[in-house]
Amino acid sequence: MLEIKNLHVKLEDEDKQILKGVNLTVEAGKVHAIMGPNGSGKSTLSYVLSGKDGYEVTEGSATLGGEELLELEPEERAALGIFLAFQYPVEIPGVGNMTFLRTAVNSQRKARGEEELSASDFLKVVREKAKTLKIDAEMLKRPVNVGFSGGEKKRNEILQMAMLEPKMCILDETDSGLDVDAMKLVADGVNALRDEGRGFLVITHYQRLLDHIKPDVVHIMANGRIIKTGGPELALEVEHNGYADILTEVA
Amino acid sequence: MALPELKQTTTEARLASVTLPEGGCLEPARRAALSRVQGMGLPDRRDEYWKYTRPDTLISVDVTKAAVFETDETPAFSEFDRLQIVFVDGVFDAEASDDLSLEGVSIERLADVQGKDIHWVKDLYGVLEARGQTPVERPLAAFNTAFATDGVVIHVTGTPSKPINLTYRHANDSSDAILHHVIKVDSGAEATILENGPAAARFNKVMEIDIADKGTLHLLRAQGRDHERRAATHLFAHLGEESAFKSFTLTVNGVLTRNEAVVEFTGDNAMAHVAGACVGDGDFHHDDTVFITHDAVNCESRQVFKKVLRNGATGVFQGKILVKEGAQKTDGYQISQSLLLDDDSQFLAKPELEIYADDVACSHGSTSGAIDEDGLFYLRSRGVPIGEATDLMTLAFLAEAVEEIDDSEIAASINDRLYGWLARRR
Repeated sequence: MLEIKNLHVKLEDEDKQILKGVNLTVEAGKVHAIMGPNGSGKSTLSYVLSGKDGYEVTEGSATLGGEELLELEPEERAALGIFLAFQYPVEIPGVGNMTFLRTAVNSQRKARGEEELSASDFLKVVREKAKTLKIDAEMLKRPVNVGFSGGEKKRNEILQMAMLEPKMCILDETDSGLDVDAMKLVADGVNALRDEGRGFLVITHYQRLLDHIKPDVVHIMANGRIIKTGGPELALEVEHNGYADILTEVA
Repeated sequence: MALPELKQTTTEARLASVTLPEGGCLEPARRAALSRVQGMGLPDRRDEYWKYTRPDTLISVDVTKAAVFETDETPAFSEFDRLQIVFVDGVFDAEASDDLSLEGVSIERLADVQGKDIHWVKDLYGVLEARGQTPVERPLAAFNTAFATDGVVIHVTGTPSKPINLTYRHANDSSDAILHHVIKVDSGAEATILENGPAAARFNKVMEIDIADKGTLHLLRAQGRDHERRAATHLFAHLGEESAFKSFTLTVNGVLTRNEAVVEFTGDNAMAHVAGACVGDGDFHHDDTVFITHDAVNCESRQVFKKVLRNGATGVFQGKILVKEGAQKTDGYQISQSLLLDDDSQFLAKPELEIYADDVACSHGSTSGAIDEDGLFYLRSRGVPIGEATDLMTLAFLAEAVEEIDDSEIAASINDRLYGWLARRR
């Protein structure tokens, strides 16, 4: 599904190399987790895949279902099936959450040459999905993320993911700022979306999110590279011993 | 003191081109206003108050032609149940207007009033305008008082069931409209006034508003989309104890707009909100000039102005809060912001605070910036194309001003209208 080959990325404005040869393949139906110390390049990887400005790819490639991603605009990548759940979802005053969701869903359908959802069909689907995430009608009416608590913002991210039905979901530290109950709610939302046709890349600092979203593969990233790959046991090892052992081991 | 020669010449030329309506109860006020104009002279670009906006075309003898904008768009506020009063090129159109009777309010045409010998309006006409001439001169407003040819006088005595909508139609490409309205809100009364449309090729409008204790007035304006029209408007509001005045103005298009708002608190515990949103593209100059005087205790004023500018458009904001001695517990807030969509556009802001009381909370801020990149990326990452994402972020920028509208249906209608305009220009 997602194939990243020898990806090198630097900051556009300064001579700073962030990613130094990332190789990663996420198969459909699998959940991959990326862990790593601060500044290892995890969030940069998520931004580069989704098309944020400010980065320059100096070498390598990234494809989704065989299609080259890195030359595409963010909205084209979204229509192709990339979804990034933000670590810090952005507040957009003056734009109702519902309007935003419908605009997003229909923009993607249009880009793929599909028919747009009617207002009533959309409403039916969104209500049902919002309910399982405990998002009430009031939250759907309010401006996007404005005045939402940390937990509400993250649930709203998962609602967008559920509505957009992407092929490849990237979760950037979705657990940050969440208490245990909120994290469980978010994890349940993610787990409900797991299926044969969809890949996940879960970026996190901590093992605890992975107790709820069980990964198939765990990667450790440091200094712009993936330095170790293993099963779920690798996350437990990090939880007990920190990154120091792994870093010395591969040095 | 004699006027500078050039100012003297242009003022005399303009005064010679108009005729002062004679007779009736308003003539003394008109004559007094004329002598104010003669004393001040009409504005020119050397005046400090006109530093950022050239008044030439507003005071010239000949009107610069302005093409009438053809559009199939329904006029603002059409969807609401309202009492509509129509002016075409500054002349009352009885046929297009609704019947002027409505419970809780009495509405008369200025032209009918001025022929009478006695009328309540003579105690207000030109009075609030004259008060508003200090400490800053506003000669175009005095000119209006002297020469206004039409307008309405509205006396709000209760709570009318629907808003009163003044609709200004522009039909002639060289029309020169001078309208003067007087609004008197009685104690405990509450009304909403809507204004929409471009009015004329050149438009000079004054609205004098007197709100008695515990009275409330909502004023919502949509200034019409004619690209070439020019407008200078003044509102003078005088607020009694525990009264409320909330105004919002939407401006899209028009080569030149100067909206002055002069608000004076004379009774305690009152509030006034003056807000505006404008969207300008290309040959567009928009000036909000606001002067709020706190001369009472525990009053709240808010000024919220947002301007979206592109392709060389210019936005101006001159806003002042004057807190007089003894006006304790004043809460004054002022924000003016521009969203510059390219490097050619500019925003000129002059926020001012002048405070003579020691127990007050006043704040002001002014910013100019580009579109919020994080928000733009967020929307695009969800599949929203860049044009539409930019429009949504523009609405987000304007939201704080639009939120000043109390009526959620009107606010939603204004937001939809804005979004439609933005989408059409995409």
